[in-house]
This record gives sequence, structure tokens and C-alpha cells, in this order.
Amino acid sequence: MQVKVNNREYISGLLGKGTRETTRGFSDYRKIGLTLGALPQAEGSAMADMGDTKVLAGVKLGVGTPLQDKPGEGTLITSTELLPMASPRYETGPPSPDAIEFARVVDRGIRAANIIDTKALFIEEDKVWNVFVDIYVLNYDGNLFDAGTLAAMSAILTAKQPRFEDGAAIRDNGLSRIKTNGKIVTSCTFGKLDGHVLLDPDGNEEDMMSSRVTIANDEGAIRAMQKGLRGAFSVEEVEKAIDVTFERSKELRSIVKKVIGE
Amino acid sequence: MTTEKPQLVTNGKRVDGRGLDELRPIKIEAGILKNADGSAYLEWGSNKIMVGVYGPREAFPKHVQDPERAIVKCRYAMAPFSSLEEHGRSGPNRRAVEISKVTKEVFENVILLERFPGCEIDIFIEVLQSDGGTRAAGITAAAVALASSGIPMRDIPYAVSVGKDGENLLLDLNKLEDNTSDADMPIAIAPRNNDVLLLQMDGTLTKDEFARGVSMALKAGEHIVALQRAAIGSKYRKE
Repeated sequence: MQVKVNNREYISGLLGKGTRETTRGFSDYRKIGLTLGALPQAEGSAMADMGDTKVLAGVKLGVGTPLQDKPGEGTLITSTELLPMASPRYETGPPSPDAIEFARVVDRGIRAANIIDTKALFIEEDKVWNVFVDIYVLNYDGNLFDAGTLAAMSAILTAKQPRFEDGAAIRDNGLSRIKTNGKIVTSCTFGKLDGHVLLDPDGNEEDMMSSRVTIANDEGAIRAMQKGLRGAFSVEEVEKAIDVTFERSKELRSIVKKVIGE
Repeated sequence: MTTEKPQLVTNGKRVDGRGLDELRPIKIEAGILKNADGSAYLEWGSNKIMVGVYGPREAFPKHVQDPERAIVKCRYAMAPFSSLEEHGRSGPNRRAVEISKVTKEVFENVILLERFPGCEIDIFIEVLQSDGGTRAAGITAAAVALASSGIPMRDIPYAVSVGKDGENLLLDLNKLEDNTSDADMPIAIAPRNNDVLLLQMDGTLTKDEFARGVSMALKAGEHIVALQRAAIGSKYRKE
């Protein structure tokens, strides 16, 4: 969507002075909120707020057949819904390329870091648990990728694995969490506008930015990257973004650790 | 990432006999489809890719028209018979939708879109046979097809992937390497200034490995760019 002309001039003016609408620095996040378990009927759920962006992730486990090449392992299926209530820019209908990219980028970081122990999702021959992660965007104000990863990661880490008895899934008390590798993946997304590279672009900044790059990492390494939009980055700008990611992801991880109780 | 991981590097050589920083053989031919405004056929190892370009033509439906610039539409799709495995589903799946999107964005960067307000430029990339690195091959071929259509561009981008196996960085992964490597990073570059136009990665990579991988890609780019230029030149240059 187009930014209003007066907003555009205002935002550019602020960037020229080295600041942003929410009086933060170029490598700062907006206020982050993370709450768990709002939906107790889901196996896991988490709501992430980044400024006015509000994203809800729900996890359900379903009994399914394994993939042919991995007969002993469950699967991870990540989907996103850009709900029409979240912004006038979204409409009902089949998933847009934006929604598909969003789902695949969140999925890629979590998958590449082997967060879920997919072998522990094995039930019996030809039966495994499929982990469905659905990310609902309730309010859009930029940076869905980081908010989505935060919500999905937290929902997965706290998701309970149902029991399988007499051909059915049993969801009762006393279930334990699905087995994960103890790591936490978060992502840091940067937008480039007026030649500045900004962490956590808000909605107005996203409408003005020419390019976007997302870097997902865990404690050890980069796990996924995705550059988007028509603008370009220099190699040096990406390297700088990687440095900021390793620094800022510590805060994101500590937020996740705090809410999941570690 | 699978259980029985084959050894990808033995004595500095890869499964197909290449060195670590060696590209597979690449062959590009420009302007081979009669109806398309621009086209290219590319073989990159066992990858076989056909690209057709149409436009600039009036954007349709009318509500997608941009009064300031042309829009780019891109379809990347793998043919159902393209892989060594089972018959695939025809048409773009979710993976293909994402690749189409990031490929479109590469060309939005280099085409002089502002010359053609209200128009669309269509890029059709059909992977006829696949052996890893098809998005990079598709971008490299589409750049040649666009150039052969006469659509004005700031640059002719190329793309290549860099992967990792243990301590080794590997240039231009084939399918077997891609399936079992520790990381895969496709990257598209505008050669005039080495701007990064596409960057994706999954697996595990340090910042140092990222920098070394990019250097590998840029070095390989010199060769790819020469092939792209030769393909365009041999089609259109008058002796």
C-alpha cells in the first residue's frame, strides 16, 4: 500500500535525523509482547506483539502418514493467514504469494535448526504425528516474519503431544511437551529505505522500503535467510545485518525463555 | 539432513568429480521460441530450462495496472516429468509460488519499468528437467531471455547457489548434494555493482562462511556472465 505523502516526508525526515516514529534507533525493536496458552484447546498457542503488529500462532498435532523418504518421522506443516480483519490491505481468498512466502520463511528457520525431534513423533508403522502450525495475523503493522517466528517458536516449544490410544488421539491432563532440541530460533528482519537499513520495520516503513532481508538464527549459527522486494542490498549491508541479528536475537531468545519457563 | 548421508567430498573432489568451487557445464541459447518476444534455453548440468518472455504489453486485468511503471509477472514451474523421482503435480506448488515471487523481484530491480507505465512484462520459466539449483538456473536463463527481447535493463543479473558440507563450501549444488548438504544458499547478483538481488538460505552457516560463500558466487559469476553475453551476442551480433 502507498504511504500517505505527509507520512512519507515525516518518516524520511526522522531517518535523516537518525531516529524513527517510535523514537527508536535503526537497530532497535519496538515493544515486544509474548503471551502463551491463550487457547488451551490447541496443543500449543502463543500471541506475539511487535508494536501494533499482533500475531497468533496455534499448534495442533494430527495423526497422519509419514513422508515416503522419512517413514519413521513426523512432519511440520506451517501455514499463515493474513486475515482481512488485520488490515485493509488483505482480502479473503486463497493464500497470496506474500502469505506463502511468510509461511515458508518462518518454517525454514524452525526446520533448518531441527527444533522439533521429528523421530519422537513416530506412533507406529505408517502412523506419525503431523505438527500443524497456523499463524494468524490479527493486526498488521509491519514485520510479520519476526512476530510470526516468535509466536510459532513459542507455541511449538510449549505444545503438548497427545496420546494415541485405540486408533484415536487422546488429549487429557498430564501430557508432556513435544520433544525439541532445546534450541530457540528467532528471526531479525531489516528494511532498507532512503539508504538506511532498519531493524523491525513498522507498517509505514514497510510501505516505503525498497528491499527486505530476514535472517533467522539460533544460539550457534544462521539457519535461514530470505531477501525480498525489488530493491537490492550490498554484501556489506547483509554482513552488518548478520552482526545485528546475532546481537539482537539474544533479547528475543530471552523473551521466549522467560515465557516458556526456562 | 537424511539419515544415511553420502560422503559429498572425497580428496577435494565431489560426487560428480567436480572441485569444490567448480560450476557444472552451462550452455545457453538465446531467442529460440518464435512467438515469445524473448526466449532462452539453458542447460546447467542436468538441468534443462526453457524461458519465454512477453511484453511490455497492456497489463491485464486492468486493475493491476500501475500508472507509474510496468509490472512484472513471473511463473516458475517444474514440469511433472522433470525429476528423477515420481511424476509431479503440474502447475506451481507453494515452493514454486515463492520462487516465482523472489525471481520477479530480481527482475523488477533491473528492468527500466518506468518506461512502460500501465504495461506488464511476463516471464515464464519452465523447468523441463531438474537436478538442483533450478531457481538460479532459471534466473540466469530469464536474464538472457529478457535481454533478447530488447526490454531495456540496467543490468543482466545471474544467479548461482553455494552450499556447505561439513567444513567445505561447495559451489553450485546438484540435487544429491542439495538433499544432503548442511546448507544451501542461492544468490542472484547484478554484476555491474555486485548488488544482491536474491538471497535465500537454509541449513547452518556462520557469518564467515556467508562471506566466503558470497566470494565464491561472485567469482563464478564472471564465468556465468561471459556465457550469458556470448549467448546474446551469437544470436544477434552481425559479423
